[in-house]
Amino acid sequence: MNTTIMLFLVQDGITNGAIYALLGLALVLVFAVTRVILIPQGEFVTYGALTYASLASGQLPGTAKLALALGIGAFAFDLFVARKALHGRLILRSFLTNVVLPAIVLALTFYFAAQKPPVAVCIALSLVIVAMIGLYLYRVAFQPLAHTSVLVLLIASVGVHLALQGLGLLFFGAEGQRGPAVLSGSFTAGALRFTGQSLTVYGITIAFIVGLWLFFGLTLYGKALRATAVNRLGARLAGIRTTLSGQIAFLLASVIGALSGIMIVPITTLYYDSGFLIGLKGFVAAIIGGLVSYPLTAVAALFVGIVEAFSSFYASNYKEVIVFMLLIPVLLLRSLAAPAVEEEKD
Amino acid sequence: MQSRLPILIFALVMAAIPFVPGMPPFWIVLLDNIGLTALVAMGLVLLTGVGGLTSFGQAAFVGFGAYTTAVLSTAYGLSPWLTLPLSLLVSGLLAVLLGLVTVRLSGHYLPLGTLAWGLGLFYLFSKLEFLGRNDGISAIPPLSIGSFKMLSPGSIYYAIWVAVIVSALLTMNLLDSRTGRAIRALRRGHVAAEAFGVHTPRAKMLVFIHAAVLAGLSGWLYAHLQRAVNPTPFGAQAGIEYLFIAVVGGAGYVWGGVLGAAIVVVLKEVLQSYLPLILPGSGQVETIVFGIMLVALLQLAPGGVWPWLMSFLPEATRGKKPDTSLKLEQRPRAPGQDSVLLHVEKARKQFGGVIAVNNVSFDVQAREIVALIGPNGAGKSTTFNLITGVLSATSGSISVLGKKVDNAPPQEIVKLGISRTFQHVKLVPDMTVLENVAIGAHLRGHSGPISSMLRLDRADEAKLLAEAARQIERVGLAEQMHQLAGSLSLGQQRIVEIARALCVDPMLLLLDEPAAGLRHMEKQRLATLLRELRDGGMSVLLVEHDMGFVMNLADRIVVLDFGTKIAEGTPATIKTNPEVIKAYLGVAA
Repeated sequence: MNTTIMLFLVQDGITNGAIYALLGLALVLVFAVTRVILIPQGEFVTYGALTYASLASGQLPGTAKLALALGIGAFAFDLFVARKALHGRLILRSFLTNVVLPAIVLALTFYFAAQKPPVAVCIALSLVIVAMIGLYLYRVAFQPLAHTSVLVLLIASVGVHLALQGLGLLFFGAEGQRGPAVLSGSFTAGALRFTGQSLTVYGITIAFIVGLWLFFGLTLYGKALRATAVNRLGARLAGIRTTLSGQIAFLLASVIGALSGIMIVPITTLYYDSGFLIGLKGFVAAIIGGLVSYPLTAVAALFVGIVEAFSSFYASNYKEVIVFMLLIPVLLLRSLAAPAVEEEKD
Repeated sequence: MQSRLPILIFALVMAAIPFVPGMPPFWIVLLDNIGLTALVAMGLVLLTGVGGLTSFGQAAFVGFGAYTTAVLSTAYGLSPWLTLPLSLLVSGLLAVLLGLVTVRLSGHYLPLGTLAWGLGLFYLFSKLEFLGRNDGISAIPPLSIGSFKMLSPGSIYYAIWVAVIVSALLTMNLLDSRTGRAIRALRRGHVAAEAFGVHTPRAKMLVFIHAAVLAGLSGWLYAHLQRAVNPTPFGAQAGIEYLFIAVVGGAGYVWGGVLGAAIVVVLKEVLQSYLPLILPGSGQVETIVFGIMLVALLQLAPGGVWPWLMSFLPEATRGKKPDTSLKLEQRPRAPGQDSVLLHVEKARKQFGGVIAVNNVSFDVQAREIVALIGPNGAGKSTTFNLITGVLSATSGSISVLGKKVDNAPPQEIVKLGISRTFQHVKLVPDMTVLENVAIGAHLRGHSGPISSMLRLDRADEAKLLAEAARQIERVGLAEQMHQLAGSLSLGQQRIVEIARALCVDPMLLLLDEPAAGLRHMEKQRLATLLRELRDGGMSVLLVEHDMGFVMNLADRIVVLDFGTKIAEGTPATIKTNPEVIKAYLGVAA
């Protein structure tokens, strides 16, 4: 094997792996806090990427309207729950966060889309739009099911995935899109060429991993989320609002997803349905990491990215087979090593 | 136990449908699809709803069934009837292979693991040369009987629905049997089931294979209905879809699978044909509406549609009482009074730095009631877990009738005649008291899954249920025999656990806080029962906090404190032992 090719592949693998790491982290986070296996994570990626690309090319992304529609839905759910005791302040707060906020963002999007905004504005708007979608989605689809089993939550998650993917086709069409680079320019070190884009990917991934680590280790909200993850009822008794924990988890997951999308859309063309596979590779990393450990997930994700890069070079036909079959030996090891622990299920 | 009449009516209705004049042929196609989907969903009901093992990979098994017959009947010209057993065999064997890897996974690893190999296999189907890559295999011969070829959807209809109804019957038979009870206990964790001799990995493997074979059958039928296969219907999306069909229908119910298949297939069809009329132009509107409806349906009926519908029907008549004149063989009793039944020698259990049980030694003689007491955290339940093989001791030895048994698995311990109850009740709440108690007699029956499916197990089964009913009467819960265990009060559930332990025909009964949650009269009745058992030749080792109860009942008391034995003796000596008083009440400084 040629060293240059190998270095290239490793570099490519690390770039992809960094994205899988971010997604894997988000999946672990959401599962731990809400018990939802977030299949729509991939849609957050495509929504983020394609919203960014549309904005950059001066089109109004449909996701901004979706955010408003979901927000109105969330407000309706809040009203319905509170119908017995209508509390002015709470209703107003719900109205502001669920209706006024997305309406303002929609108006801003409308304004900026017409005049081909700079990259920074596109990124900010895309992030805010997808973050709101994630937040309202939790309220509308998952919060009413919070008490049910993991299985029911999983199926609901599949339903959301289908609906979002269908909406994605509606908003962005069947053609793929590419976005402008977040950071242009490049430099070479030996045989390798580092683009500003790939450096952004590394930087943001590392920043997020450190950020999450600090958030969970040091802040009160982070600790509350961890407490919810360990014992939902206990957390409630200790005064932690478990709905709030769920909202934060979904918010983080959608931001992470959108950010990943924005980072890869300048490198690869994304289609409305590309998110599913990308999200699943994040899953593979998360499973290898055991769905609990953030650093392990990150390492596993880099590994997945590198394996993918190598197998697409040497056996591109079997690329997906190899990546997904990678899990089997890992699971085998886990099942041999794991002691038979009794689980108290629902 | 279920009445077969509704199934017969259902079968007759299904048989009559093609003869209804003016029946649109398209409806028959839909019914064919419902039947094919229902077969897979039924397997998932058993696997996921009943056994608690979530699988996304079922579509791959459909693929195995379909591709097996496709290859064999086109490339090798085998008759489809010959490929049927081969299709099922291939699905079953691959289920064994995949099951060996995945079934042991716990919790959420399992669904994700199945998702992984489901995806991997899909790509394999679409890349392998001899499976025709993405184009698949076409020109598969139709099913035929003599010169009659099942070319139209209407003619294969009967083959499909016979398969559905026969599979449903076999599956229901399986669930209503010794093996079925073991399967139904899986979802509630394995400790209780294993304490009565159930090999939980084997039971999991069994449902996994059963579900895979049903999926393979569906695949075989699919290949001969379409007469062409390609990888698309066997991908991860399809695997996910099968799972939500089972959940929408009602994941714990065989007919829920059929109903779920009907709902989803019809809903998709309706959405596909009518939505474009309402909302013309745009692409995948039906997917969007379908996804939203799925979430809405789950919010309205999280348990699935079948149980929701059933709740409108009048409650089914209770099962009849088993014929208690049938007897099971009993194990020979230890002869004299003085033989040592259980000998615990310097048993020690460490969890990291915590010594839960610290070199504890004691004996239990034949025909003796021994109480293990001590403050909370003294190591009593851990000692129980060491004796029954749930935990393995760090050091020391445990012998039963002079034979060393330390570190034997729970399934072996129970064979020696040691049975137990649990401090935190471990019953299956959605099974009746009778069925729960019958799990106790698991090792005293011999029928396997195949004979259960074919109902060849009835003589064996009647004896097991008779034994269970006898023990339920013995503990005084005859009234509640056919109620769901989850509907009983906590105290009664503890008594049910005792009945279940008695079904083992034990020499030594281990009771973990049996009197907790009982009323005064119930405690007295329990004490009387335990004395009777002792006089009948059984020994009892119990953990209990109610001192009045213990002092009146026990022949001998062992006191633990912080994992260490601090006293042993008759109730009278224990009451005045200064060490014991210090442990319980503390001592003045």
